[in-house]
Amino acid sequence: MTSVGLLEFARGPALWFSLGVLIAGSLWRVFAIWRLGARVDLSEPRSTHLAAGALRGIFARMLIRKDFRNSRNLGSFNAYLYHIGLAFIVFGYLPHIRFVERLTGIAWPALPGWLMYVAVGPTVVGLLIALLERLSDPVRRLLSGFDDYFSWLVTFLPLLTGMAAVNQSPALESAAPLYPLPVAIHLLSVELMFLWLPFGKLGHAFLVFFSRGITGAALQRKGAAI
Amino acid sequence: MLEARKAPDAAKAAAEFVAQAGRDVAFQLEACVHCGQCAEACHFHLVTREPHHTPVYKLRPMLKAYRRSRAPFAGIQRLLGLAPREPGAAELTAWSELLYDSCNLCGRCTLVCPMGIDIAGLVRRAREGMAAAGFAPEDLYKASGHALDTGSPIGVRWPALRRQIELQEKETGLRIPVDVEGADYLVILSSIEVIAFPEVIGALARIFRQADVSWTIPSAGFEATNIGVQIGSRDIAAALLERVVDAAERLKVKYVISPECGHAYSALRWEGPNLLGRPLPFKVVQITELLDQLVREGRLRLRGKDARRLAFHDPCQLVRRGGLTEEPGRLMDAVSENTVRTPAQGAANFCCGGGGGVSAIHRAERLRFAAFELKKRQVEQAGAEALVTACANCRNVLEEAIDERGMTLPVLGLTELVAQYLEPEAAKS
Ligand code: SF4
Ligand code: SF4
Repeated sequence: MTSVGLLEFARGPALWFSLGVLIAGSLWRVFAIWRLGARVDLSEPRSTHLAAGALRGIFARMLIRKDFRNSRNLGSFNAYLYHIGLAFIVFGYLPHIRFVERLTGIAWPALPGWLMYVAVGPTVVGLLIALLERLSDPVRRLLSGFDDYFSWLVTFLPLLTGMAAVNQSPALESAAPLYPLPVAIHLLSVELMFLWLPFGKLGHAFLVFFSRGITGAALQRKGAAI
Repeated sequence: MLEARKAPDAAKAAAEFVAQAGRDVAFQLEACVHCGQCAEACHFHLVTREPHHTPVYKLRPMLKAYRRSRAPFAGIQRLLGLAPREPGAAELTAWSELLYDSCNLCGRCTLVCPMGIDIAGLVRRAREGMAAAGFAPEDLYKASGHALDTGSPIGVRWPALRRQIELQEKETGLRIPVDVEGADYLVILSSIEVIAFPEVIGALARIFRQADVSWTIPSAGFEATNIGVQIGSRDIAAALLERVVDAAERLKVKYVISPECGHAYSALRWEGPNLLGRPLPFKVVQITELLDQLVREGRLRLRGKDARRLAFHDPCQLVRRGGLTEEPGRLMDAVSENTVRTPAQGAANFCCGGGGGVSAIHRAERLRFAAFELKKRQVEQAGAEALVTACANCRNVLEEAIDERGMTLPVLGLTELVAQYLEPEAAKS
């Protein structure tokens, strides 16, 4: 297959297939859990503002509680680093916005190009630190399995291939980029991530709202700290 | 259920783990990102630095059973041979130490988890599987047997309580109402209070006398603690709760006072109606809540304050898990002029180490004494001269650990402290 052919594959069937798996898999994961049902809590609530509790749970846990901030959770500061870095790159980089626009018609203002270059470095370093910590910290090593390492890989690959494709990016708008191969590989790596996301721990991208919301509401019900 | 321990059955445990995984549990089991932050919140991990004391790791057998049978992609995974194997008997026996000895159900891990996973709540659920299948600690099965037979996990029966009541009547010169039909408040007690801290009965008598509260103690159904909740058996828990409900209904009270015991409060106030499958026919009020209310309403008149540097030890099930976040602090201010704060006091306080049934597990003693190290450091950092708490189990566990360290640090009960500073004339009247 020529590189143009590969790009066409990556932009065509591979993209639609991976997006289909991403959406259907994620919806199924949520639906399959949702249908398990929940029992009505019969205890008398101290507060009935459960939606507010759920929202507080969702937002409050974005920050580490004051009592738990110490040098030992450096890893969680690193997590801020690569999450924010990834968000900048995924949603703020002009070619990505154009790509989404081409698919959905939805667009938003891009972040300045220089910010992207600044964001890539710390994000890459952050992800590498995350991997090293997972391998070296006894707790994280114990908790980790295939899912953790594979999820790391499918997150890191798009970043790596994206850096190689970065000079090709303006061409994404047109049908034939100057050097199609790096763009094709980048797209395929993103598609690999799409394919894996619903099944493994990357699902936390959507599961986080449920787990935080449920606990937030439950603690609010008791009037306890969220 | 008590028979289960004679023939532990791993398949039964797995089935119960799965049965526990409704929507809320499943979302939480699925959401973990293996960041390990919960380890840094758990006192057992902090003192041992053992990776297997990581809170979420304690859930592994439950997670495996869930992943095998109930998770969204379980069917495909089984077809492909990728589903985890069900936990076996050896694994569950090993996990008994993790799910019981090294977990107080204190919820500190829940508070730190960035995914908002209620790990403590999940451990409570996992214990249902362990207990039903015969993998809970022998001591907890024994205590459950005692509780079902005698009403109390340590075998305290009515004659023992009656004796303590009589002594307190002598001590205070006040009559302590027993089985008074139509009283407003029913006072139930934990066995530890009856045996180790009976002065609390006299304290209540003096407090209620001044505040003009109509109250009574039942001669049957007086045990507040619920070993069923701790071992993880909803059947035992419900059977024990029924006794309290029976007493309340028999005496037609409006309120049941949950005494100085954290888990008793959780068991009755939050789990109770769900275990019984119906709302309670009375309101549950924790003693700290009631005392705070009486002080604020001016029905309790206090005079003088304790001048020592007092630190409050927040019982996990009252404060972090129970939502009584303001009341203990206000009461402390009412009776202490020199309250000192220990680091992370309040919602993030460290457990005494004995909650969740751990104090009843003999083989866990060394671990809980070790966990006390953190509390000790905090107390020393705050320069406290005495600890005050609102849970007799915390008090007992703290006293034991203090003793074990050869320290001298009094541990006081908040109710007794309040009684001590009642305006004297009113108290004697
Ligand atoms: S803190 Fe929460 S997300 Fe992190 S390992 Fe523990 S349970 Fe999992
Ligand atoms: S509930 Fe408490 S004791 Fe149990 S794992 Fe969490 S922090 Fe540790």
